[in-house]
Amino acid sequence: MKPVPFDYVRPQSIAEACAALAREDSVIIAGGQTLIPMLAMRLARPACLVDIARIAGLAGIREEDRAVVIGATTRQTEAEYSDIVARRVPLLAKALPFVGHAPIRNRGTVGGSVANADPAAEIPLVLVTLAGTILLRDAAGTRAIAAHDFFLGPMMTAIPTGAILTALRFPVWVGERIGVAFHEISTRQSDFALAAAAAQVSLDADGRCLACAVGIGGATPVPTRLDAAVEDLIGSTLTDDDIRAALAAAIDTVEIMVDTHASPDYRRRAANALALRAIAQARDAAGQVRQGRA
Amino acid sequence: MSAQPFRFVATPRRVREDRRFVAGRGNFVADVNLPGMLHVALVPSQHAAARILSIDASSALAMPGVHAVATGAELAAAADPLMNGLDTPRVRRFPLAVGQVRYNGEWVAAVAAETRALAEDAAERVAVDYEPLPFVLDPEQALRPESPAVHPDHGSNILLDRTFVWGEVERHFAQSPRQLSFRVTWGRNSTVPVETFGVVAAWDPWNELLDVWASIQMPKYADQIARALRVPANAVRVHYDVDVGGSYGVKRGIKHTVLAGYLARRLARPVRLLEDRLENMRAGDAHGPDRIFDVAVAFEDDGIINAMRMQALDNAGAYAGRAPFQLGKPIGAIVGPYRIKSVEYRAISVTTNKAAQEAVRGFGQSPTNYAIETAIERVAAAVGVDRIEVRRRNFIRKDEFPYLIPSGTRYDSGDYHTVLDKVLAHVEWPKLAHERDRLRQDGWLAGIGIAACLEPSGGNSAFEPLLNPKNTTTTWMESCRINVDALGHVAATIHTTSSGQGHETLAATVIGEVLQIEPDRIRIVRPDSLASLPGNSPVGSRMAIMLGGAAFHAAEKLKRKLMAIAAHQFGCSDQAIDYAAGAAAERNGTRRLDWGELVTIAHRNFHLLPPGFEPGLEVTHVMQVPTGTALPTQDGRVQMYPCHSFELHLVLVAIDPELGKPQFRRYVIGHDCGTVINPAIVKGMTLGGIAHGIGAALLEEFIYDDQGQMISQSFMDYVLPSAHEVPDVEIVHHCTPSPFTVLGQKGSGESGYLGAPAAVASAVNDAVAPLGLAFTKLPIRISELSDAVAAARASGKDRIGTGTA
Amino acid sequence: MKADLNVNGRAVSVELEPRTTLLDCLRDHLGLTGTHAGCEHGICGACTVLLDGEPVRSCLMFAVQADGYAITTIEAVAPAPGELSIVQDAFCETHGLQCGYCTPGMILTAEALLRRIPDPTRADIVNAISANICRCTGYGQIVEAVALAAKRLAGSNMPRALPPGEGA
Repeated sequence: MKPVPFDYVRPQSIAEACAALAREDSVIIAGGQTLIPMLAMRLARPACLVDIARIAGLAGIREEDRAVVIGATTRQTEAEYSDIVARRVPLLAKALPFVGHAPIRNRGTVGGSVANADPAAEIPLVLVTLAGTILLRDAAGTRAIAAHDFFLGPMMTAIPTGAILTALRFPVWVGERIGVAFHEISTRQSDFALAAAAAQVSLDADGRCLACAVGIGGATPVPTRLDAAVEDLIGSTLTDDDIRAALAAAIDTVEIMVDTHASPDYRRRAANALALRAIAQARDAAGQVRQGRA
Repeated sequence: MSAQPFRFVATPRRVREDRRFVAGRGNFVADVNLPGMLHVALVPSQHAAARILSIDASSALAMPGVHAVATGAELAAAADPLMNGLDTPRVRRFPLAVGQVRYNGEWVAAVAAETRALAEDAAERVAVDYEPLPFVLDPEQALRPESPAVHPDHGSNILLDRTFVWGEVERHFAQSPRQLSFRVTWGRNSTVPVETFGVVAAWDPWNELLDVWASIQMPKYADQIARALRVPANAVRVHYDVDVGGSYGVKRGIKHTVLAGYLARRLARPVRLLEDRLENMRAGDAHGPDRIFDVAVAFEDDGIINAMRMQALDNAGAYAGRAPFQLGKPIGAIVGPYRIKSVEYRAISVTTNKAAQEAVRGFGQSPTNYAIETAIERVAAAVGVDRIEVRRRNFIRKDEFPYLIPSGTRYDSGDYHTVLDKVLAHVEWPKLAHERDRLRQDGWLAGIGIAACLEPSGGNSAFEPLLNPKNTTTTWMESCRINVDALGHVAATIHTTSSGQGHETLAATVIGEVLQIEPDRIRIVRPDSLASLPGNSPVGSRMAIMLGGAAFHAAEKLKRKLMAIAAHQFGCSDQAIDYAAGAAAERNGTRRLDWGELVTIAHRNFHLLPPGFEPGLEVTHVMQVPTGTALPTQDGRVQMYPCHSFELHLVLVAIDPELGKPQFRRYVIGHDCGTVINPAIVKGMTLGGIAHGIGAALLEEFIYDDQGQMISQSFMDYVLPSAHEVPDVEIVHHCTPSPFTVLGQKGSGESGYLGAPAAVASAVNDAVAPLGLAFTKLPIRISELSDAVAAARASGKDRIGTGTA
Repeated sequence: MKADLNVNGRAVSVELEPRTTLLDCLRDHLGLTGTHAGCEHGICGACTVLLDGEPVRSCLMFAVQADGYAITTIEAVAPAPGELSIVQDAFCETHGLQCGYCTPGMILTAEALLRRIPDPTRADIVNAISANICRCTGYGQIVEAVALAAKRLAGSNMPRALPPGEGA
């Protein structure tokens, strides 16, 4: 399983990278953990690999006002062990251990996972659930696309031709009682998820829901926020019955992926069960938090 | 077989082979590099069935670094077809498709180039023109005369259709108060080693010798290569010192080797054919049994089973290979551990346009055990008796051994009731049942799985003459040669490749035991096939018995030689000599000769040797299979394997009713393989076998779509158990020695695998039984499980709570 | 194309096609055959090497991407010819292998785990080795090996050595 022959270039800047991408049949390689298997099977047949992994400024995790910005070529392991992510984007910290196996995360990049847009991928699900933003650069300049508008279908994104994803912005919630949960179900642990659910809730002092974000993935062609369910839950105390009722309507209308790995009924049922657990678990976690977050 | 404690056998001892592997110093076939070696890539068929109209290799041949493109027509002219085990001469098989392709992925052409990457580049440029043909994938379809014949010259798709009737089946069915019948299906899966198959072949025209290095587990390998390539068998030299990265039955490698050997001769360059994973999964020696069982049992009101009818319909794939014999071997344990009085067994093997099956660990026994154990479970449910109690009632009793089963095999020894009792005591059975009930109250689907089955061991290939009367083989020997050099150091030979079974350690331990010298002082060497004694490779769970036996007998011969030399010095009878730890002493006297002195006499003092003795200190033993000497009778009875290990699995499984994913909460196996020569090796075999079994029950399947495309082509789709999927297994030991082996040992190369699929299926079915559900096809997928539970609940069959915390 | 690599503490320079994986580079260009190919698509883990001390799948890297890292293969684990590291010896003690094909990957994974978590729970061990497929052992004796190695390392009174080439 040797790839077709290709050239390999390592641009020193984003501008150089965009120029290299202008050449026909060029593809970006960062972590390579999803690209290289495709190359090995000769399903991907580029003439040139443009390696952006070492371009200065593309990696790193920094805090902004109400957001954490993760450079596209930041290795998934770095995000997994990042103190900033643990404190400020705990939902991402919860989700990252589910991304493949550690050796994959040691090479795979946060941006790579988002650009690849596998429906079962965890990082895109967190990004969509938290209503994050994708930052890009192309020859024309920089632009930002909301996560909601970015994932168009399985393995399909709104990245314009010749553009490079430069960073992901994850919104940070401020509050005294914030809890998160992430669940997924797969044939084997660490396989691509047949269904996944991410939830983040913020409670007031009386345990009422101030804010809630729920997203499902794996079961759907793109990661999907359950905004309708969330509306019903704001102001409630998030009892199991509240959650069940709110989800029932929302999940029934979501578009479910059809393929050979699981029946659509299964995906829908599993997504529902996982979303229920995720919200309940996030609620419980939020209830246990005493100190507020800066 | 001895009752006194062993010195080295059955005691903890490191497996000496481990040392080189932990340092990354194995010698795998991909590590064999010869100067000038060329690399092969294969051109696969995209069609399930098609006529080959033309092959245009001109574009490939024009590429720099490409040396040859071989086609099936070329091979068919230069080589003989690969051997079939059955008498089916019109089912012809060559390494490359000849005239037509018969399965998706079948190798149509082979490119030899300077590097593997170049060979792959060139393989893409070989243009093959096909005319698609009708194809058949389903074995029941393939049985019908109107189905497209995979081998038209053969006349039909039926490779084998033979019915055996052992005992008064008709009468037992007529006279039994109860009957039931069912169907279970074993999905196509296999043991898929992490290392694919590879071979390096080099032809030396000056010595007229074909050297072969391969990741191989194949009896009569050199013979088959020689036959196909039309060279004398002593013109083929197989190097047995290649480490095999796992095989568990599958690595037969004949088509690869004939192809590589042919190219090596044609191109006068060494040739390496190393499957990549895609080549392996689609068209290598990768696939295993693919079988539908229809079973009927006749039984009493108390659950005693009188008779069984079993039809096993196996989908062999596009060529005969070893698949049909995997229907024959289970005949040697067709009643499992039970006292079933009569059996009717119909074995049907059909060709279809799927990849050809190869031999898999257990050689058909695990699927058969799944069918037998399903029968026991169903009988228990039918008569309302506990599943453990029904087994107890049906088990052969320990005082009944050697026990003759209806199909002619005598089981050597066993104590199934004691193993069962030990396992139940170990888990504290009421607590385990209570645990299951507690899980159910908490909203889980929870089930306990039970499986009791035998591991026939010793590798007597009596299924060959049984299914092919033209085959009159009654020996399946193994050998060992021990040489003590002039300085008193010991070297012993084994004549096979190994794939992790610890054969070097096995042989050294047994020899050390007999000679009463430290096994670590004994060097084990693997001569090549030309310098080897007869052997049949580690198949059929045979090496503990056969290699252990050969080493034992050789060591005994050596010991007697030493004693005779001493007796001759002392002027007494051999019977008056005591041997201890390498020294020989006169029993009623003070004279004694130590090892060094005896060796010196043997190597230097011919004048002191007993009459008729050859100088030096060398012995050889070629061992026949114990108990296996007769051909089958007219009505198909034969002694299959000599020894029968026993395993009893007890599994607690919890399943989230919505997510449908079984979780192992407890896994216990009672295991009795007689005397255990090396405890760590046997433990490893058992745990590894269970992991394979879990894969077969829940994860692994080679799936074909309805266009005949094999869609489980990579490890993304063919799902192997990782450490997360295999529970912490508890092993409960028992030892019922075999009366037929030198140390009481039985085989354990297949242990765990033979019963785990049945046990896991039993657990899942116990979990869903309250919903009126039963799964009858392996593997059981989480999506199907969850859907079935949801449907059952929706139709009101639910008697348990919904959801989990 | 040229790639300058640091392998087992030594600087080496290789000339190869960009499409050559780090795995094939190690085996075919540098003669380090202890790292094995199992699937070539990043699932089985037989090709595991350490990159700056952390496990990666060498079939999912090209050699031309591998400059600037300290690459450690199984060949660097034994402290001296004929001597075994504590982890290697533990694998021999528990028989945490059979055919040996997945073993180099398992050992490197174990070495990296024990450096990061000196006192791992069973779950930590299972999690770490879940990235490496073994078809022989059923994992039981491998988990025992890693646990035994942890115990022995704790009592070894030796500084935790970095793999060769690290800390540079």
